[in-house]
Amino acid sequence: MPDNETITLELFRYHPETDSEPRFQSYDVPYDEDWVVLDAINWIKDYVDGSVTHRWSCRMGVCGSCGMMVNGEPKLTCAAFLKNYYPFPIKVEPLVNFPVERDLVVDMEGFMDKLQDVKPYIIRDDVNDTSGGEYRQSPAELAQYKQYSMCINCMLCYSACPVVGHEDEFLGPAALALGHRYNKDSRDQGQSERLEVMLSSEAMWGCTFVGECSVVCPKHVDPAGAIQQAKAMGAQEYFKRFVMPKGAGV
Amino acid sequence: MSHVTTHEHDVIIIGGGGAGLRAAIAIAEENPDFSVACVSKVYPMRSHTVTAEGGAAAVIKDHDSLEDHIYDTISGADWLADQDAVEYFVNRAPREMIQLEHWGCPWSRKPDGTVAVRPFGGMKIERTWFAADKTGFHMLHSLFQTTLKYGNIVRYDEHFATKLLLDDEGRCRGCAAIELRTGTVRAVLGKSVIICTGGAGKAFPFTTNGAIKTGDGMAMAYQAGVALKDMEFIQYHPTGLPGTGILITEASRGEGGILVNKDGHRYLQDYDLGQPLDVNDPRHPQKRAMELGPRDKLSQCFIKEKNAGRTIRTRDGHVVHLDLRHLGEKKIDKRIPFVRELARSYAGIDPVHQPIPVRPVVHYVMGGIDVDSNSATNIPGLYAAGECACVSINGANRLGSNSLTELLVFGGQAGTHAARFAMDHPDYDVSALLAQAGDERDRIRRTYFSSPHKSGSERIAVIRKELHESMEDGAGIYRDADSLESTCTKIAELRERYANVALDDHTNSFNTELTAALELSSLLDVAQSMAHSAMQRTESRGSHQRLDHPERNDDDFLAHSLAYHQEDGSAPRIEYRPVTITKWPPGARTYGADSGLKRE
Repeated sequence: MPDNETITLELFRYHPETDSEPRFQSYDVPYDEDWVVLDAINWIKDYVDGSVTHRWSCRMGVCGSCGMMVNGEPKLTCAAFLKNYYPFPIKVEPLVNFPVERDLVVDMEGFMDKLQDVKPYIIRDDVNDTSGGEYRQSPAELAQYKQYSMCINCMLCYSACPVVGHEDEFLGPAALALGHRYNKDSRDQGQSERLEVMLSSEAMWGCTFVGECSVVCPKHVDPAGAIQQAKAMGAQEYFKRFVMPKGAGV
Repeated sequence: MSHVTTHEHDVIIIGGGGAGLRAAIAIAEENPDFSVACVSKVYPMRSHTVTAEGGAAAVIKDHDSLEDHIYDTISGADWLADQDAVEYFVNRAPREMIQLEHWGCPWSRKPDGTVAVRPFGGMKIERTWFAADKTGFHMLHSLFQTTLKYGNIVRYDEHFATKLLLDDEGRCRGCAAIELRTGTVRAVLGKSVIICTGGAGKAFPFTTNGAIKTGDGMAMAYQAGVALKDMEFIQYHPTGLPGTGILITEASRGEGGILVNKDGHRYLQDYDLGQPLDVNDPRHPQKRAMELGPRDKLSQCFIKEKNAGRTIRTRDGHVVHLDLRHLGEKKIDKRIPFVRELARSYAGIDPVHQPIPVRPVVHYVMGGIDVDSNSATNIPGLYAAGECACVSINGANRLGSNSLTELLVFGGQAGTHAARFAMDHPDYDVSALLAQAGDERDRIRRTYFSSPHKSGSERIAVIRKELHESMEDGAGIYRDADSLESTCTKIAELRERYANVALDDHTNSFNTELTAALELSSLLDVAQSMAHSAMQRTESRGSHQRLDHPERNDDDFLAHSLAYHQEDGSAPRIEYRPVTITKWPPGARTYGADSGLKRE
């Protein structure tokens, strides 16, 4: 490949202190088939325009920082190779369904609150007593929730989800999958109180198993599957309340 | 960046990775009335702990012993570890690991439901707990999610701490931090402070470390008068992907992967690391031998093999091959699925069918903020834990899978001791601290938002690149007086040029160019301490290999180096403190078939 090949990135720009409207700015970047979109953005920031603003860290698809819309699709930019777009321009925007802070950075406070809402931790009385050694958990029991524990909180699924787009209080795919992860963990005893939160919003039932969340998930967590299972568990829980006093079940 | 806001808590933790979160839980759990602040430049689950792959060591199985874990760690450290600290670490490790299991970490299991363990480099017995090959990811998320249980842990996410605040008695009482969203400088005040900001691999060009690993906490402590200890000891991990530096975990060798040169020869046998067994031999992989030798030696063998012309030349430099094919698809997918995912995505090869090209890559800083085994620094009320700290249990070479455990053991330890200090020293003068934070805000404004920075001629990326090249050329796997001298000179030059760095961005909200400039400043401080400490240690030990002083010299250097920052930014003053030896006098560091026998 000749040294002078370039590829064009069209970056979404918005600065809250100076811009009333977002705009796009084009940059020509040296084309390298080993580069990912994130490398190209970093090159722009380093050598052309230091004001371009984005989040990143690990560059290996596990820290979850660098999710953006790449040609309209939610992607980890550290896993989106330029060669898959070349020679055409690449349009990069902040993740949709989130307020924009600046340029490619979105406000994720609401997402963080939703993670906390589903009580994503082991609930049982002896959780801090280590004297009896590890809790036993068979490989089969581990397999019950392992997939749902793989979420890196990259939020791509919130950008893909049609319900998140119009229902602010919807806990959303990642948070519900995380709640489900603890509900399915054999060490946990908090399913009842967790389901109460997960099923409390009408919006949960608005999830129509479109499954876009699972399609875009870079870690194959399958939040859509988790939500359907949680609904089924919720229905059982609901039934139990009629036949047992509250809190006696599970 | 107009005004300074004040935020008061009991204990302030800077950094939200494994060590910081473990410290936060320790304090919140032991002191329910305390308010704990966690100040982090990223959301906690972005912290670099997330990328750790292979596992975390702790003695749990009947055929293992605490004594063996201690000996492996001390000999792995080439006798530069403090043995009282190692004993505490190893004794405490199992309890911490079980605690994390109780908090939900999805450890891989044996059929009977107990945790599974795997072999790791330099360890005589398999004792590394793992969650497939995403151990750090699961540990970090389990810790983070557990912190959400505690109403008394208050997070300052995306707050970049720039300065420690000390009261009139010289006690550390908080930090000044920039809230990234607004650019506001906050004075986050408390009765004690713990730094848990991770390492500084970004001082080098080719590293497994994420963008955020820029030594900010080390530099902050250094500037405040704490020594940086043993900074000449930089760990190269032997198996990084060429080009990107993405880590291929040591667990791939723990599961049986082999390293071969361009002729397909298992070259480690030529360097006193034992004799290879056939990959189908049930005794393969042998512990403390061959591919399960320690990281420093394996990385050094690569250089020797390269110098002998037996490595493979690629577009991204020389490599050897990590061959996993004999493990088979099923085992690879079950035990090391992330290795397959990374190799496919970033090297374009499938390790089920092809060997993975690998080369040594900067991975970990053994040195760090000088702390004792209570995680305390010489500044009252200031503690540090995790990679940013140097206790030292890692000495001249850290064993793989000890660092994740270290986060738990010493994160918890720092939390407990910082909380005690806070209880014993509750009173401080807010106004004096606020004034310091105001001064820090003014310094940032003056330095980065007015001339010469505003009209300067230097670009952050250019200085950073030159620093990288100089560190790799002069302070890499093998060093000598000439190479280190030129690196020291280069760093001095870059520190001067840094004064003329120009920012394109002079706005307040989410100014990541400003944070990049602050990070570069930290890297220049930390790199300076590394190069000068390496210059003065005229011996070879562990990861510090001097071509001009090839032997270990216990008479003069069985001692920790302590680099002290100088006010004018000139070369640090280096002092030495003897290593604490309890029961294991320095001996020959042997690996191979007889490595477990040469003990006394």
